[in-house]
Amino acid sequence: MTGHVLSWTTFFPLIGMAVILAMPRNRPNLIKWTAAAASAVPLVLSVWIFVNFDRGEAGLQFVERVPWIRAFNIEYFMGIDGLSVPMVILTALLSFLCMFASWNINKMVKGYFALFLLLETGMMGVFCALDFFLFFVFWEVMLLPMYFLIGIWGGPRREYAAIKFFLYTLLGSVLMLLSMIALYLMHDPHTFDMTRLWTEYGVYGRTFQLIVYVALFIGFAIKVPVFPFHTWLPDAHVEAPTAISVILAGVLLKMGIYGMLRISYPILPVATVYFAYGLAVLGVINILYGALCAMAQKDLKKLVAYSSISHMGYCLLGMAALTPAGMNGAVLQMFNHGTTTAMLFLLVGVIYDRAHHRDIEGFGGLATQMPVYTGIVTVAFFASLGLPGLSGFISEALVFLGAFPVFQTLTIIAVIGIVLTAGYILWTLQRMFLGTLNEKYKSLPDINGRELFTLVPLAIIVIVLGVWPMPVLDLMRRSLGWIAEMAQRV
Amino acid sequence: MIPLQGYLVIAAVLFVLGLFCVMTRRNAVTILMGIELILNSANVNFIAFARYCAPDIQGHVFAIFVIIMAAAEAAIALAIVLNLYKRINSIDVDEVDMMRG
Amino acid sequence: MATNMPADMVTSLVLILLLPLAGFAIQMFFGTRLPRKGDWLSTGLIGISLVLGIVMFIRTLGVFDAGYARQVHWPWIDIGGFRVGMGILFDNLTAVMLMVVGIVSFLVHLFSIGYLHGDVRYSRYFGYLGIFSFSMLGLVLCDNLLALYVFWELVGLSSYLLIGHWFEKKSASDAAKKAFLTTRIGDVGMFIGIMILYAKLGTFRFDEIFAAVADGEIGGSLLTWAGVGLFCGAIGKSAQFPLHVWLPDAMEGPTPVSALIHAATMVAAGVYMVGRLFLLFTPEALLVIAYIGLITAVMAASIAIVQTDIKKALAYSTISQLGYMITALGVGGYTAGLFHLMTHAFFKALLFLGSGSVIHAVHSQEMPDMGGLRKKMPVTFWTFLVATLAISGVPGLSGFFSKDMILGASLAFGMEHSSHLIIFLLLLVTAGVTAFYMFRVVFLTFLGRPRDEERYAHAHESPAVMTIPLTVLAVLAVGSAWGGWFQALVVKPELGQYRTAAVAPAVPGGEHGEAHAGEHHEAVHDETTIPDALHADPEGHETHVAGGDHADHGAAHRAHQIAMITSILAAGLGILLAWLFYGRRLFSAETVRRRLAAVHLLLSKKYYFDEIYAVGVVGTTLWVSRAARAFDTHVVDGAVNGTAWRARGFSWFIGLFDNTVIDGMVNGVAGTVTAWGRQFRRIQTGKIQNYLLGLVAVALILAFVRLVRGF
Repeated sequence: MTGHVLSWTTFFPLIGMAVILAMPRNRPNLIKWTAAAASAVPLVLSVWIFVNFDRGEAGLQFVERVPWIRAFNIEYFMGIDGLSVPMVILTALLSFLCMFASWNINKMVKGYFALFLLLETGMMGVFCALDFFLFFVFWEVMLLPMYFLIGIWGGPRREYAAIKFFLYTLLGSVLMLLSMIALYLMHDPHTFDMTRLWTEYGVYGRTFQLIVYVALFIGFAIKVPVFPFHTWLPDAHVEAPTAISVILAGVLLKMGIYGMLRISYPILPVATVYFAYGLAVLGVINILYGALCAMAQKDLKKLVAYSSISHMGYCLLGMAALTPAGMNGAVLQMFNHGTTTAMLFLLVGVIYDRAHHRDIEGFGGLATQMPVYTGIVTVAFFASLGLPGLSGFISEALVFLGAFPVFQTLTIIAVIGIVLTAGYILWTLQRMFLGTLNEKYKSLPDINGRELFTLVPLAIIVIVLGVWPMPVLDLMRRSLGWIAEMAQRV
Repeated sequence: MIPLQGYLVIAAVLFVLGLFCVMTRRNAVTILMGIELILNSANVNFIAFARYCAPDIQGHVFAIFVIIMAAAEAAIALAIVLNLYKRINSIDVDEVDMMRG
Repeated sequence: MATNMPADMVTSLVLILLLPLAGFAIQMFFGTRLPRKGDWLSTGLIGISLVLGIVMFIRTLGVFDAGYARQVHWPWIDIGGFRVGMGILFDNLTAVMLMVVGIVSFLVHLFSIGYLHGDVRYSRYFGYLGIFSFSMLGLVLCDNLLALYVFWELVGLSSYLLIGHWFEKKSASDAAKKAFLTTRIGDVGMFIGIMILYAKLGTFRFDEIFAAVADGEIGGSLLTWAGVGLFCGAIGKSAQFPLHVWLPDAMEGPTPVSALIHAATMVAAGVYMVGRLFLLFTPEALLVIAYIGLITAVMAASIAIVQTDIKKALAYSTISQLGYMITALGVGGYTAGLFHLMTHAFFKALLFLGSGSVIHAVHSQEMPDMGGLRKKMPVTFWTFLVATLAISGVPGLSGFFSKDMILGASLAFGMEHSSHLIIFLLLLVTAGVTAFYMFRVVFLTFLGRPRDEERYAHAHESPAVMTIPLTVLAVLAVGSAWGGWFQALVVKPELGQYRTAAVAPAVPGGEHGEAHAGEHHEAVHDETTIPDALHADPEGHETHVAGGDHADHGAAHRAHQIAMITSILAAGLGILLAWLFYGRRLFSAETVRRRLAAVHLLLSKKYYFDEIYAVGVVGTTLWVSRAARAFDTHVVDGAVNGTAWRARGFSWFIGLFDNTVIDGMVNGVAGTVTAWGRQFRRIQTGKIQNYLLGLVAVALILAFVRLVRGF
C-alpha cells in the first residue's frame, strides 16, 4: 500500500464512484455516506503523506513509474514534491468537507456524487502526475464532471455559465495540448517525462521557449484566472452549487499557478525570466482590479469570486519575484486562499440556503440573529483581508517582502490592495451583519451542526497557520527553492 | 499413370454439372445436391494438385475440411429448406422472391 | 533561541501577554454561560497580568540602569533565505509601557463592570477588551518590526470590534469601519517602510537594524523614506494629520473603550513606535515628524474649542496631545515625548472615564444638557478637575512636568535653528488653548446651573466600581511624574551603543573628534546640514535631564527655564479666559461665535476633512470600483461574449451555406442515387438463380478477358 500511496489517493474516489453507480437511485443517504467514505480515504492517505513526507528533500517522493503507452514513450509517472503536497492535502480536505456541504443536494443524487468523485480523481491526478501526457489526461478528466456539475446542479443561468466555463477551459486545454506536443516533438528523444524536460531544457531555443511559454501561460492563466481571462469565474461561481464553488475556488484555481510552477518555470527558464516582469504586472492588476470589482458587487457570491481574483494576484506577484520569500509566499497563499475562500463559499451557501438570495444589501443586522455564523464569517473575512494572526497575512506579507527587492514600484502599488480589500470586506460585513436586524429575517436559524462540521476544521487551519505557518512552509520550502533555482538557470 | 489433366477434366465436368444443376433446377433440395457436386469437384482438384504438384498433406487436409464444411452446410441448408417449407408450403425457389427490390 | 533574559522573566512576560488572550478565548466560547457572564474572569486575568507587570517594573527599578535591556528571541518562520523570529525585548521603556497598559486596562475593566452593566453583549465586550490588552501588550513587548506590525494590526482589529460594540447603530458601525480603514491607509506606509528596511538589511530585529544604521549599511534618502513610511503607520494609528478623522468618530464606542484605546494606549502606539525606532529616523524624517505633529496639535486644539459633545471635545484634545508627543519626538525630545505619553495616558484615561461616569448619570453626551453636576457627582467632579489641571499643565501635577519638557525641547531646537522656532511658539499657544477648552468642559459640565433639569434630577454618583478607578487614576495623574524617575530610566538611545565592534574601527580617522561632535549620525550622513544641530542640541537637553554634563548645558537649562515660565503663563491665561467666558460669564461665548461666524463654522465642521475625504477618497474609490465593474461586465466580458456572439453569427452563416450549398450537393447526390437506384432495383429480382446467373456470366467474362489479354 505504501508504495502506491499516490495511486490509491488518486483512484480511490474512482472506486467509490463505481460503487455509487452500482447503487439503487432511491437510497440517497446510502449514496451520500458512500461518497463521504470514498473521499475520506484520500484524506487519511494525505494525512499519512503529510506525516511521512521527508521535509529535508527537495526532489520527488512516493514515486510510481510504469510504462503506459510505449509507442509514444508515455508513462504512468506519479510523484510529489513540496509543491504538490500542500495541494494534495488541500484537495483531499476540501473534497471531503464538500461531500458534507453537498448533503442537501436532492436532484439526481447518484449522478452528482459520482461526478464529484470523478472530479476528485482528476484533481488529485493533476497534482500527482509527472508525465506531461498523464497530466493532460487528468486535466481533461477534471473538466468534464465540472461542466456537468455546474450545468445540471447550478443556479438559474447554469447552462450559460457551464458553457462559458467549458469553452474557456477548452481554449486553454487546446493551447496546452499544442505546447505539450511541441515540447514533446522538439525534445530528442521524444518524451513527456517532466523530470527529463526539466533537466534537458537546453534543447529548446529562445524563440521556441518564448512562444511555448505564452501558449502555456494562456492555458494556465485561464485557470488562475489572470486578467483578462477571468470572466468565466464570476459566472461559474455564481451559478455553481456551493460545494462546486468551493472546489472551483479552492482547488481548480490553484492548478493554473501549479501548472506554471511545475511546467513553465523549470522547462522554460529563459522565457520565465524574460516574462517575470510582465507576470508581476499582471499580478498587480489582478490584485487591484479584482479588489475594485469586488467592491462594486451586489451579489455576495460574486464578491467572493472577485476577491479570489484579487487574491490569486498575490500568487502571481510572489512567484514572479523568484525569491525564496516570494515563491513560498505564493504557494502558501495558494493554500491559504484555498482554505479561506472555501470557508467564504461555504458561508455564502449557508446564508443562501436560509434566505434564498445573496443580495448584500438585502440583509442587515444578522449579527444579532445568527451570532455563531457571524463569528465564523468574521474569521473568514478577516483572514481574507490579511489580518495578522490569521493565515492570509503570512502569505501576503511573504509575497510582498519577497517581491519588493525585485519589483519595488509594483509592490508599492500592490500594497494599496490591502486597503481596498479591507474596504470591501468591512463594507460587506457592515451591510450584512451590522445595523438593525432586517424584520424579514427574524426567524432565521443559526448555523447548524453539519455546516459547522464543514467550517470548523477550516477555521482551525486558518488560525493555526496564521500563528505558526511552519508546518506548511516546511513541506515546500526546499522544493520551491529548487524550482526557483531551475527557473534561473539562464 | 493417369495424368493430372485427367483429374482436372473430371473435376471441371463435375463443376459444370453442379453449376448447371444449381442454376436450372427449381427444387431447393436439388440445388443443394448441385452445390455438393461443386464442392466435390473442388475436392478432386485439391487432391489432384496435392498429389502431383505439392507432395504433402495440405491438400488432403483441405479436402477433409471441405467435406466437414459441406456436412455442416448441408445441415444448415436443409434446416433452411424445412423452414421455408413451413412458411410458404413449397420448396420452389422461384416462389421465394421476398428480397425483390 | 538567543537570549540574555533570565528564564523566570521570560515566563512572567509570556504570562503577562497570554493571560488576556486566554480571557478572550474563554469569553468567546463560554462567556455567556459563566456566572456574571465572566466579567470577574477577564478582570481577574488582566489583574494578574498587571501584578506581574508591576513585579517586572519593580525589578527594573531595582536595577535602575538607563541602558538596561533584556531580549529573548525564538525562530518563527525559516524558509531558507528568509528568516524571521519572534521575541521579547524588555527594557525600561517596555517596563513603563507594561505598567501603563496594565494599569489603565485593569481599571477600565473594573469601570466597565459598572458602565456596561446589563449590556446585551456583556461577555463579548470583555472578550474584546481581553484581545485588545493582549495585542497592546504584545506591541510593547515585541522585538522586531514584523511582530510590531502584527500586533499593530491586532490592536486595530480590537479597536474595530470595540468601536462597533453597539453595531445596531449605523453611526457605530460606520465609525468602526472608518477607524479600521483609515489606520490601514497608514499601515500601507508602515509596511512599505518595513519592506524597504528588510530589502536592504535582511532583518526585522530592532537591535540588528540599529546596528546596521550605526554601521552605515543603510543611510541617506533610503533611510529617510523608510522612516517616513514607518511614521505613516503612526500617522494612522495615532490619529495625526491628515489621518486623524477616525478618532472623533471612534467615540461611538463605549466610553471605557474610548478611555482605554482611543486615549491612553492604542493611539499612543504611534508615539511608542516612533520612540522605539527613534534611532533609524534621519534628521529629515524627524523634521517631517515634528511638523506633522505640530499641525495636528494646533488643528485639533482649535477644533476642540467648539465641540459641544463632551467625548468629541476630549477626542480632539487627545489628537492634539498626541501631536504634542509626536512633535516632541520630532524635535529630538525623546524622553519628553514618551514621558508625556505616560502622563497623558493616566490623565486622559481619567478624563474619559470621568466623562463616562457623567454620561452614565445623565444619559447624554451633549454638554448643553449638563451643568452643575458637581453637587450630584462629587467624586467624578474632583477627579475630573484633577485631570483637567494635569492636562492644562498646572505646576506640580504630572502633565506639567511632561508638557514642560516638551516645550523645553522644542525651544532648545528652535534656539538652535531659528527658522524652526515656530514649533515652540505654536506649541505654547496650543498649551494655552488646551487649558482653555479643558476648563470650558469643566465649567459647562460640572459648574454653573443645570441646564436640563430633568436630566439633572435623575443624575447620581456612579457606583464604587466606577469611582475607585477614577480615584486611582487621579492619584496617578497627580503623582506619576514625581521624583524624576522616568527621566532617569528612559534615556535617549545612542546609535554608538549598537555599532558592531567589527565596523567601529573602520570609521575614518579622528574617531574621538567624531564622537565628540555628536557621536553618531554625522559619520553616516555627513552630507546633510541639519543633523549636526538637530541631534547635538536636543541631546544636550536630554543629557541635562538625565544628569549628564555637556557643552550645551547652560543653553539647554536656559531654554528649559523659559519654557517653564511661559508654559505656566499660557496655562494660566487659558484657565483665566475659560473662567471669564464660562465661569464668570464676563464675555459671552455666543457673541464671539456670532462675530467669528465663518471661523466657528470652519471649526465646527472640523476644517471639512470628512467632507473632502468623503468626496475625494471614498467617492473616488467607489466610482473607480463601479467603473471597474462596468468595464468588467461590458468590455472584458463583453469582448468574450462578443466573441461568442460573433462565433455564433459566423456559425449561422455557415449553417446557411451548409443548408443550401453543401446540403444541396448532398441532396443532389442523393437524388441521383435514387434515380439510379430506381433503375437498378429491377435487377434485384429476389430470385437467387438470377443472381447466380449474373455471377457466372461475369466470371466467364472476366475469365475470357484474362484469356484474351494473356497472363
